[in-house]
Amino acid sequence: MKNRFGLFIIIIFLSFCFVIFYKGLNTSNNYTPKVNEKRNIPTFKAKDFDSNSYINSEKIFEENIFYIVNIWASWCVPCRTEHPLLMQLSKNESIKLIGLNYRDNFNNAKKFIDDFGNPYSRILIDKDGALGIELGAYGVPETFLIDKNKDIIKKFVGPINQEVVNEIKSIIK
Amino acid sequence: MNFLKILIILFLVTSFSELRSGETNDILKNKILKNIRCLICQGQSVYDSESEFASSIKLIVDRKINDGLKEKQIYQFLREKYGDWIVYDPQLNKNTYILWLLPLLLFLLGGAIMRKKLKFKN
Repeated sequence: MKNRFGLFIIIIFLSFCFVIFYKGLNTSNNYTPKVNEKRNIPTFKAKDFDSNSYINSEKIFEENIFYIVNIWASWCVPCRTEHPLLMQLSKNESIKLIGLNYRDNFNNAKKFIDDFGNPYSRILIDKDGALGIELGAYGVPETFLIDKNKDIIKKFVGPINQEVVNEIKSIIK
Repeated sequence: MNFLKILIILFLVTSFSELRSGETNDILKNKILKNIRCLICQGQSVYDSESEFASSIKLIVDRKINDGLKEKQIYQFLREKYGDWIVYDPQLNKNTYILWLLPLLLFLLGGAIMRKKLKFKN
């Protein structure tokens, strides 16, 4: 009777371990903490991709509309998959897309835009990734939705998909 | 001649103090970087990591130190951007109070059990 009980306990313990490890296989390796997303956009100065001159963040987000800040790079493969969706979003008149070209080579970035189209109303250069950190970004691609009060209201880590596009459209409606 | 000597001494003293301040800045920078978690790496601090994220954080910390920000202000800046998770030493707040109080509660509970057992034996 005692042996049977011991065996039962061992089986329960092993099943518990199996479930924990099996669940662990399906979850992401990186823990993404929940950060209070709603915060005002930081004030910064950035180099404009086209004019090569510095511009203030107040000037970039001066209109009373929604903005999307998308961090991208020509070397980033997932950026290519999300690009058609950004092109789709850029057709919406109640939103403006700002591209943040992250740690990229200018000629490669230009070729990327020439090949795949330009969804951005303005592109900023983030040569060393410092601007991304000011925004609270993890890497590339990453997308921020900014409302009319100039608050970051949503942050999408990784390439956006149709679901995200629909969510953005429902927010800016 | 004396004036020249004084000038040389002044020059040497100022350049030495600049070197010292650069050195202390480096020590502070390394201390901060060792206390910051690399959010896209597994179990690595920003100091140990060579990822894009880590190198950008290193640059930002360097700039903030040069701007005259104190250690605590830099941690606060990073917390605002990435939450408490970015620092290895979490502050006591409503999200972390269990983390801080649980060991104390377990210690008190253990003490209470031991006391009861000892009393029972006596």
